[in-house]
Amino acid sequence: MATRAVITLPEAIKAGEAFEVRATVAHAMETGYRSGDDGARLARDLVRRFECRLDGEFVFAADLYAAISANPYLAFWMRADKAGELSFVWRGDNGFEHRETRLLVLT
Amino acid sequence: MRRREFALSAAAFAVLPEARATEEAMRAAIRAWAGRQPEAGALKIEIAELVENGNAVPVRVAASQPVVGLALFTPLNPEPEVLHASFGAALARPEFSTRMRLARSQRVYAVAKAADGRCWQTGVDVIVTLAACVEA
Repeated sequence: MATRAVITLPEAIKAGEAFEVRATVAHAMETGYRSGDDGARLARDLVRRFECRLDGEFVFAADLYAAISANPYLAFWMRADKAGELSFVWRGDNGFEHRETRLLVLT
Repeated sequence: MRRREFALSAAAFAVLPEARATEEAMRAAIRAWAGRQPEAGALKIEIAELVENGNAVPVRVAASQPVVGLALFTPLNPEPEVLHASFGAALARPEFSTRMRLARSQRVYAVAKAADGRCWQTGVDVIVTLAACVEA
């Protein structure tokens, strides 16, 4: 099943100026503490790691735990001096991996 | 017979994972992440004081000086860890925002780690009227 992710960037980004990056990925973030309708415990299934890079250079990373809400949302502020490619990756339990890239165009 | 039933139910409980962390477990988790016991320090946690639904509580953590990492911890969720963030050189502000789960009313802690190893923390009390269904 295709995973959906939403990345929000400002419409216009100026070189050297701070801008906010917002990233959400569709994921249940099952904690492993809940029971299903049949009373059986639902197996843990979490996104464990999120990383953002600009042209391969590390920008922001987060280790996520069960206390992060479903469809994990992360927002942070960064700046770029030149245009490049922003890459995003989410990794988690059961081999979960989702990648997104966005071209960063500076005005 | 009654004793046997008690023993059985006690055994069933022992199988369940610990569904509630402790202050002690949280302090250990903070030390494990920060590398030492943080001092009290200036750090902003933006979160509603009164939360109706603990399933998705918006939270923003911001430091007032450059840091290499920020993290969130809770003493009374099933696990003390919430999120560990680490920052690269392109990060413009020492902050992040996310949405978290709160299993019950408690004090939420944020910890900051600077490049020179210094670390500091602050806490904010949050009242939850409908907890996140982490156990139900």
